[in-house]
Amino acid sequence: MSAPSGRQPTRRGALGMIVRIAGAVGLGAAVASIGRWAGGPAAASTTAQREVWQLDPHKCIQCGRCATACVLTPSAVKCVHAYAMCGYCELCTGYFPPDPYDLTTAAENQLCPTGAIQRSYIEDPYYEYIIDEKLCIGCGKCVKGCAAFGNGSLFMQVRHDLCLNCNQCAIAAACPAGAYRRVSAAHPYLLKDRSENAKESPQ
Amino acid sequence: MKRSLPTIALVLVLTAAALGAERFPPPEFTNHVLPTTTTPAPRSVVADMVYIGALAVALALAALFVHVLRSRVAIVVLAIVSLGYFGWFYGGCLCPVGAVQNVAQALGGGAVLPVLVVVVFLLPLIVAIFVGRAFCAGVCPLGAIQDLVVIHPLRVPSWLDGSLRLLPYAYLGLAVLAAATGSAYLICEYDPFLGLFRLAGPLTIVIAGLSLLAIGTIIARPYCRWLCPYGLMLSWASRFSQRRVKIAPTQCVNCRLCEDACPVGAIQTPNSGRPVPRHQGRGALAATLVLLPVLVAAGAWGGKLLAPTLARLDATVRLAEQLDAEASGAAAGTTEASDAFRATARPVKDLQKDAAALREKFLLGSTLLGAFMGLTVGGKLVSLCRRTTRTTYEADKALCLACGRCLKYCPVGRGAAETALGGAAT
Ligand code: SF4
Ligand code: SF4
Ligand code: SF4
Ligand code: SF4
Ligand code: SF4
Repeated sequence: MSAPSGRQPTRRGALGMIVRIAGAVGLGAAVASIGRWAGGPAAASTTAQREVWQLDPHKCIQCGRCATACVLTPSAVKCVHAYAMCGYCELCTGYFPPDPYDLTTAAENQLCPTGAIQRSYIEDPYYEYIIDEKLCIGCGKCVKGCAAFGNGSLFMQVRHDLCLNCNQCAIAAACPAGAYRRVSAAHPYLLKDRSENAKESPQ
Repeated sequence: MKRSLPTIALVLVLTAAALGAERFPPPEFTNHVLPTTTTPAPRSVVADMVYIGALAVALALAALFVHVLRSRVAIVVLAIVSLGYFGWFYGGCLCPVGAVQNVAQALGGGAVLPVLVVVVFLLPLIVAIFVGRAFCAGVCPLGAIQDLVVIHPLRVPSWLDGSLRLLPYAYLGLAVLAAATGSAYLICEYDPFLGLFRLAGPLTIVIAGLSLLAIGTIIARPYCRWLCPYGLMLSWASRFSQRRVKIAPTQCVNCRLCEDACPVGAIQTPNSGRPVPRHQGRGALAATLVLLPVLVAAGAWGGKLLAPTLARLDATVRLAEQLDAEASGAAAGTTEASDAFRATARPVKDLQKDAAALREKFLLGSTLLGAFMGLTVGGKLVSLCRRTTRTTYEADKALCLACGRCLKYCPVGRGAAETALGGAAT
């Protein structure tokens, strides 16, 4: 079977190939350099590592959407605890509703709808509160209580072992406080700590 | 006495800021070690490398199956594997279709552009420059899921198909505008199949995906043809390609057997069946060429009018409007977002300045988008006037999704018997 004429190397074919290669290289160079000439925050770090979503606990108003808007059920957002900020209160307002029936760990006394917070006695009069992330649904009720009446040591974070890192985080699109932003995957958490207390969030 | 603690707290909250006040000094334990807050790491870079490698291999295989092996069966197998890996296993993110937006946002100066994204965005386009839409053939999970459900594709009238094919221009333009202003990632938000890949997500999207699949049994690959913004870019790139899907392995004998084979209407018939007298054709061409600048101007004007509406894609603009409405008494009450803003004690002026800057961007972008749409419609009209001198049946380089269905319809080169039937092969 003779080769069809279109397959034979011709001057036109060679020229076409040069155009194609030039086009491919040009396209690659153009896209790769976008960050540089656009002059945004990308300017210095076009080749930076991936980014991931994180919520800024200083902006969060505990609206509850973190539990419902995530594409995952239960949400990839969980409550975490900055222990060094915690007052180890006996009457934790993240653990108990404002007016608990009695000082017991009974279910009706717990603010958390899933009983995800474990309370343990440390020494008089201090108690430690640990979040069981398997149970936490990221509803933010405890965070709200702790922020309103306590030290604000309970806060929420996107947990990256769970998060799918959606190109558009569904919660970010729904968050009324604009608390979500992309952060470098090298520093994927925006944690609270004691020194930061009462200060504005960075950036 | 214990009961009074919350009351004390209540008093405290009235005197202190709502967030981050140290109301109860943390105790200094003598023999209790504080637990550490764990920070599980995100998916590793290695996983991304594996993903890029898989993408490259799949693209190479698709090109091989379409152009060398010429095997529809091989393409179907690849599509199934791709659907499994890129769709269900990888979860659908990051994908080249969505990466358009990351590039657009970086272009707008609002984000970093990681190497991963650049590579994922470019690979299918560069492959398309050389061998056509191999990505659409059997790599893209969105394409694969639609391709596998095609049962009895109906032919869509060409006027309807041609008009609907203008939609991706508008969608791409909107998506780029929304991403470049940092307002939204529309392609991801409204990706109809992401919900199915993840078996999670908003119910409306899952329903939309299922409906599209149901429609897709008789109208082949509706998303690919009439919505996909990345498919549009791939169609641009593939116009330069050296190869097109070669329906007849050697010389087409115009037996017309392939004519109905293509489920997406990508096979061009000889001369498009429209013999127009030369002078008439010239007249139409001249008229559309005059019309072109008018269409562009009209588009730009329309885009400008739409700008304030489009600007509402941005949360900051929406918030600024809400605050305005509250200040002027036009709004019935406050919203969660406006309450949250007031709680930050950030000056409203600041926000208004941000919103004004965004509105400026939208004004420019929306005008450009309108002009682009005018140019698109005009260009379409011009191309309708072009006289074609095609003598055989061939796949349209831009529209062909390289699914390979037509290959098995061509009698040429299918063996001696079929060749004899076809007649004049070689
Ligand atoms: S959606 Fe935003 S404001 Fe609501 S709980 Fe999540 S981070 Fe907080
Ligand atoms: S109250 Fe909500 S956020 Fe807090 S631990 Fe329970 S489920 Fe998690
Ligand atoms: S990126 Fe996706 S998975 Fe992660 S928190 Fe946001 S919506 Fe949930
Ligand atoms: S047209 Fe778009 S959705 Fe369809 S296969 Fe191509 S890239 Fe994927
Ligand atoms: S490979 Fe053939 S059947 Fe498939 S889209 Fe292209 S022309 Fe149509």
